[in-house]
Amino acid sequence: MSPRKILATAARVLRQLRHDRRTIALILLVPSVLLVILKYAFQAEPQTFSRLAPMILGIFPLVIMFIVTSIATLRERTSGTLDRLMSMPISKLDFVFGYALAFALLALLQAGFVCLVTLGFLKVTVLGGTAPVLVSAVLAAFLGTSLGLFVSAFATSEFQAVQFMPALIFPQLLTCGLFVARDHMARPLQWFADIMPLTYSVDAMKQVTSQALWSGTLTRDLLVVLGFAAVALLLGSVTIRRQE
Amino acid sequence: MSPAIEINNLSVVLAGQKILDDITVDLSQGHIIGLLGPSGAGKTTLIRTLVGRQRITSGSVRILGQPAGSAALRSEIGYMTQSVSVYPDLTVRENVRYFAAMGGQARHDADRLVKQVELSGHANQLVSKLSGGQRSRVSLAVALLGSPKILMLDEPTVGVDPVLRQQLWAMFTELAGQGTTLLISSHVMDEAGRCQDLLLVRDGRLLAYDTPDGLCRRTGTKTVEQSFIKLVEARP
Repeated sequence: MSPRKILATAARVLRQLRHDRRTIALILLVPSVLLVILKYAFQAEPQTFSRLAPMILGIFPLVIMFIVTSIATLRERTSGTLDRLMSMPISKLDFVFGYALAFALLALLQAGFVCLVTLGFLKVTVLGGTAPVLVSAVLAAFLGTSLGLFVSAFATSEFQAVQFMPALIFPQLLTCGLFVARDHMARPLQWFADIMPLTYSVDAMKQVTSQALWSGTLTRDLLVVLGFAAVALLLGSVTIRRQE
Repeated sequence: MSPAIEINNLSVVLAGQKILDDITVDLSQGHIIGLLGPSGAGKTTLIRTLVGRQRITSGSVRILGQPAGSAALRSEIGYMTQSVSVYPDLTVRENVRYFAAMGGQARHDADRLVKQVELSGHANQLVSKLSGGQRSRVSLAVALLGSPKILMLDEPTVGVDPVLRQQLWAMFTELAGQGTTLLISSHVMDEAGRCQDLLLVRDGRLLAYDTPDGLCRRTGTKTVEQSFIKLVEARP
């Protein structure tokens, strides 16, 4: 593994995006626009919006980064560029960490922007303050990136890759505590939610919203999210084969 | 001189189908070796096996004395895949510089190769905006990075105009003169005359390994294409 090659890969991925301004605009704006819509959808119930908005800050970046990364790495696998890289003197981790780094930076921008809009413009107040919201949102986006990189190995076409989003993320979305309190769900679903990463991402946002101080639960939530992301990245590098 | 590539009883089976069938041949160092055969003959699979990307079912391949696929070979082999495996959403220069960084070469090496494949005028253009022939030259520039001892080029001259094709062959000849071994696949037989040795393959089998002249003499024909037909007809 070489830091130079990781940086070169991250810079290359960002350069590709720079030539594709529309994608950057979509990545930055979509979560914020959705939150604005939500705000006015709940015009009659501002408290509900204030309760939901932070949780959604832990979900939208994850979903978007999941899709973007899974397509980007799938293209790399199908276009022959990964083939070429694997015949070169590099480590698989140079490739995987390069992607992770590039998209983590993008995730930071995206999360920063959506937090600015939500906390500044939409006047959502969180007891914990801006910094933990931002940290939680970035980690959520990073988790999306790692999962996307991993699942791209199981898709042979873009059609399949985009459907992994509803297939893998929606079940987590339904059970993560956004729609119903988790302890109201059927038992098996509670167990399911307990082992799914999105649950912890959303729970972290709940913590930040309701606790003025950084709680132990918040630390645990964020570590679980980070752990899932790390494992998904390593599994992602296992799915890249030197030989077929 | 010891052979650059030694292939012994190589077979590759993919999804129950024999793609390469018991190939044995030694390829000389510093030669331009043409890998000729119709599409579907197994040319790409053979190249992928030599590069180490394709697992061997049986037999063995040694390159510069090392088994194919060993890590030490990765910086000795330049590989140009059949699909234009560069990034369409990067410029020519960005592509070559990226692969240079991954291969441990300097930026000026990358820029020199962009010039060498006659793409200086397009260095800042996105690859997606280039013609097919220009794209494959970007891919060629990447394969040439780091002056590898062995170059495996899968159909490098497809869609390239005759003048440029002439220049590319002149470059290949110069590289061979410096000791580089080039294995160049093509389904166009008229490029055969430019190679020192020819590997003729069909249905995963090696039909012949000879010089162009030797091949014509042996089959009593005037062109490589005719000898190919003769050889196919002679087979049971």
